[in-house]
Amino acid sequence: MTLAIDTAAPDRMQRRGLSDRAFAWALIAPALAFILVIVVWPLIETIRLSFTDATLGGENFVGLANYAALFADPKFWQTVGRTFYWMVLAVSLKLIVGLIGASLLNAAIPGKALFRVLVMPPWVIPVAIGVIGWKWMYNGYFGLISGLLQEFGLVQDRVALLATKTSAFYSAIVTDVWVGTPMVTLFFLAAMQGVSKDLYEAAWVDGASRWYRFRRITIPQIMPVIVSMALLSAIWTFNSFEIIWILTEGGPRGATTTLIIDTYKVAISSQRFGEGAARAVVIVVLLATFSLFYLWFLNRVNRHYGAK
Amino acid sequence: MIDRLTLLQKIGVYFATFVFLLFILMPFIEMIRVSLRPMSHLMTADFTWWSEDFSLQAYRDMWVTVPLLGRYIFNSIFIAASVTLVTMIVVIPAAYAYARLEFPFKALSLGGFLAVNMFTGAVLLIPLYRVLRTLGMLNTYWAMIIPGVAFLIPTGIWLLRSYLEKIPKELEEAAYVDGASRLYTLRRVVIPLAIPGLIVVGTAVFIGAYAQQFLFAITFNNVREIQPLPAGLFEFVGYQDTTWNELMAAALTGVLPVMLVFLFLQKYLVAGLTAGAVKE
Repeated sequence: MTLAIDTAAPDRMQRRGLSDRAFAWALIAPALAFILVIVVWPLIETIRLSFTDATLGGENFVGLANYAALFADPKFWQTVGRTFYWMVLAVSLKLIVGLIGASLLNAAIPGKALFRVLVMPPWVIPVAIGVIGWKWMYNGYFGLISGLLQEFGLVQDRVALLATKTSAFYSAIVTDVWVGTPMVTLFFLAAMQGVSKDLYEAAWVDGASRWYRFRRITIPQIMPVIVSMALLSAIWTFNSFEIIWILTEGGPRGATTTLIIDTYKVAISSQRFGEGAARAVVIVVLLATFSLFYLWFLNRVNRHYGAK
Repeated sequence: MIDRLTLLQKIGVYFATFVFLLFILMPFIEMIRVSLRPMSHLMTADFTWWSEDFSLQAYRDMWVTVPLLGRYIFNSIFIAASVTLVTMIVVIPAAYAYARLEFPFKALSLGGFLAVNMFTGAVLLIPLYRVLRTLGMLNTYWAMIIPGVAFLIPTGIWLLRSYLEKIPKELEEAAYVDGASRLYTLRRVVIPLAIPGLIVVGTAVFIGAYAQQFLFAITFNNVREIQPLPAGLFEFVGYQDTTWNELMAAALTGVLPVMLVFLFLQKYLVAGLTAGAVKE
């Protein structure tokens, strides 16, 4: 019965009504229209604007002047460096904390169902609201963190963590990790639960320790999820706006200004659209290059493992 | 049966889990603590864990300090729900096409959709502002809904596609042999079968839309009445003084309805997200 349908149906499906091709594009058309109007067209416009000196008043074509000015500015290169440092550090921490968290939540202990629910709140609430909570905790007069540091005798006086350059940067990192960790944890946990129990049992029978099983079974088995979460997380972290904006608006003295904050300040706050657009184009080029390189690298790694 | 955890290991796991969850939940614990204390005591006294002055006063005063608070809470949910509805209407057919049909440029166009993930609204704000102005959507709910939809479409297609691929093809073919049209098959066979997956993807889209309203709201809208909660909360931040206790109380009250719904849905969500996203 099933066999008969299997062979007959594809034939008939192709004969009646629209062709596969036309039907498929008709189904995709609404989604495509959204992307074209809200993403592709603005992207083309951004590229065009980056060659102008557009402000609220009007715009003139200025060629590569915006880019020339940008690349000649040492502050811009500092911002680029800071953005990559921000991304690499925050993403590494999210992956490590997420991996530890997922392993804990995956352990067979009573109460694990409750613990899994308790990880989710930072992911479910608006990012801005969680960040307001952190902003309070960082403040120097009555904030929790300063209070705890004093209580444990680690600092003498109150510390305003967002007021000095280094502490502001790392405070923003901690908050970013906090925002990103739940989702990473949940995806890793899900991947861990998808690993076949037989593998663990076989290794256990052979006398493999828990740590050995984690390294040689869990990690390789969930590797595809780790690498895709790493890429997604890198892109989001690179583009992360709300966290820094609410905590510090890029300050103090530029210490937390990443490319996206710089772009927003120039384009929206000071309404220098042309210069802002040039920065936006740089972000897109950097992210595209990074993603392509990452995928190329991944491909090589996969082939290497496939060939073994 | 595989080796069990020893008592000592169990204690270790509980302790580590406690530390991990403390990191995750600390801001909430602190927000609750702040919301329960009078403003005057918050600002004058040094940091203390516990105090005698806990009261619910801030939960009453916040409605007076920011009279539109109720609207903001509603707006947030309304915007996220609208984004979810529009996104799903657009994503279902597209995901079906990628799950079932063969057509030219299939892989390339899917890659194109996924590449949208590389952009966030922040990069495209200037021209997006102009597009929305041209469409007459600035300072309306649409200004916060439409961009939200566009940036959630790729993830929606990606997640839903892997669900639809798991629905047995035979059912559709049977309907087709019985003379049903393709659109009818999609509506009456595929969608009902995909409901668990639709709930999961819909919830994921809702979370995305609910979490990321701030940027579009502060950039594309300056009408107070339609502002979502994350933007509206900044009314508690004054030029002179911020009523932190009321701010925290309002933030917690505002997210409560969504948290409750989510608590109910989380079982399906986690099982489902993972089934959809984790593919071998």
